[in-house]
Amino acid sequence: MLTIQGKQLNSRLFLGTGKFCSNEVMRDALLASQSELVTVALKRVKLQGSNDSMLDYLNLENVNLLPNTSGVRTAKEAVFLAELAREALETNWVKLEIHPDPRYLLPDPLETLTATETLAKKGFIVLPYINADPVLCKRLEEVGTAAVMPLGSPIGSNQGLETKAMLEIIIEQSNVPVVVDAGLGAPSHAAEAMEMGADAVLVNSAIAVARDPVMMANAFRQAVLAGREAFEAGLGPVTKEANATSLTEFLNVS
Amino acid sequence: MSFQEIFAQHQWQEISQQIYDKTETDVLFALQKKGKRDLEDFMALLSPAAEPFLEEMAVLSQRITQRRFGKVIQMYIPLYLSNECQNICTYCGFSLTNPIKRLTLTPEEVLSEVDIIKGYGFDHVLLVTGESTHVDVSYFKETLQLIRPFFSHISMEVQPLEETEYRQLIGEGLNTVYIYQETYGSLYDSYHPKGRKRNFEYRLETPDRLGKAGIHKIGLGCLLGLDDWRTDSWFTGLHLDYLEKQYWKTKFSISFPRIRPATGCIEPKVTLTNHQMVQLICAYRLFNENVELSLSTRETENFRNHVVTLGITSMSAGSKTDPGGYSLHQEALEQFTIEDNRSPQEIASILQSSGYEPVWKDWDMAMDMTA
Repeated sequence: MLTIQGKQLNSRLFLGTGKFCSNEVMRDALLASQSELVTVALKRVKLQGSNDSMLDYLNLENVNLLPNTSGVRTAKEAVFLAELAREALETNWVKLEIHPDPRYLLPDPLETLTATETLAKKGFIVLPYINADPVLCKRLEEVGTAAVMPLGSPIGSNQGLETKAMLEIIIEQSNVPVVVDAGLGAPSHAAEAMEMGADAVLVNSAIAVARDPVMMANAFRQAVLAGREAFEAGLGPVTKEANATSLTEFLNVS
Repeated sequence: MSFQEIFAQHQWQEISQQIYDKTETDVLFALQKKGKRDLEDFMALLSPAAEPFLEEMAVLSQRITQRRFGKVIQMYIPLYLSNECQNICTYCGFSLTNPIKRLTLTPEEVLSEVDIIKGYGFDHVLLVTGESTHVDVSYFKETLQLIRPFFSHISMEVQPLEETEYRQLIGEGLNTVYIYQETYGSLYDSYHPKGRKRNFEYRLETPDRLGKAGIHKIGLGCLLGLDDWRTDSWFTGLHLDYLEKQYWKTKFSISFPRIRPATGCIEPKVTLTNHQMVQLICAYRLFNENVELSLSTRETENFRNHVVTLGITSMSAGSKTDPGGYSLHQEALEQFTIEDNRSPQEIASILQSSGYEPVWKDWDMAMDMTA
């Protein structure tokens, strides 16, 4: 069971809701994934008035919305949008995404730190999307982040855990849940992140753009379960040689 | 280095020759490249040598676009505010000497138009005008203030403005500006015999002024048919490459308008076949995986049905190109002839049956109004 700020989640797979070919397929994939936390881009939904078709499809039992601030470029814009979202969607959870670079959508660490501090003080449960930077993770902890969401590789790139060496340090040092976000292109990538000890993963493109998104969502569900079990079971050490000759055997020879 | 300096280092004739000299080997190299494709690869993909590889280009382009943008198409609609124009552009229906009725919408008329296009479901709107001294920054400001409660995203395609003027409009909710060079070649002067648009350099530097003003998105393009399309498109790519490095927070979009018949206008110097149009769309996508590619209703129904999945990220639907076209129903004011007259709802259902979700809202005015 994963706990974030007192909220218990049965699934360690978080889903993004962009890029799907239809709202129906998005909903079916979400159900197949058994995810309980889904991100929704605030720019995609109507913050004023009602009747938002995308939100209607996400109104499911056991599914919690995690609004994201995708599109903003500064801490100021992010805080403004998060406050609008809190009113409109009646949740104080926010996935902070501040990527002023529109091409690779890489997060701005300085603006993210500032916004996390401000939003945490205002009572938000903040989950910031960040580069895999162990020092930034500790700084975010100090200002009250609820979790950290370091990237495996650039968003939407399907390249897997290119930042593995840094993710290992982040997982080792973290006092808050670590959610590996972005770049997970295959269930094996998700399993690998979970085996390393990540608390959860967030997947979007790899499911949305698959030939069969629903089947792929189920594949990710199983991979995340398997990866987590492997982590809890304790992976055996990796050795190159099958039976290395003991260097200290001579000590036992009388 | 400014774009003027970069531009001055590239002679039209030489570039054109290099494109036409590209071989099958160059095309295969560009197609099989693992990393980012560069301007050299773009030349190969635009060249006649790439024509036999259209299917390969389309497959790659579709795959890259789906991975980056998903199976979605952003929907927008133009709102023509004015057809008054003090330029002579020999290819355009709004050209000064064309004896058409001139009209600039009043605030009431703008709201009537808004009412109708909101009824179609649109949330992203593109404001269009000719170039006239009456239709100036204060008119644009008033219009932005008037319509921004109704839309999530506002873009403009009007005359080039000063950086300070762009800053004012951004402060009023302007998100995106489309500024097409029309042609990067020397024929520019002959197509623009009169008016402020004669100033090629001022137009060329417009994206820089927009970038400095902090605009969210800049749309580039050339008018296909004015001169050799391969060379003009390569120069558009050169411009894009420069701007992306210079203004790293700005998004870019490319349009590829083919010249359409308009009252009292010239015939295109060159015509693009549908095959070449597809080649061009795919070449842009393979060259730049992140740039938005926009398709207008200048293209025919059948062509749009098929090409939309090959690399396009946004399209218009139900467009009228005359001011008041949605609510006033006047004829003979239009900028160019629409080829795809289907309703936005028809287009949306065609997209859905092609496995794409039409996206009506993908921005929020709140994100523009905190700057």
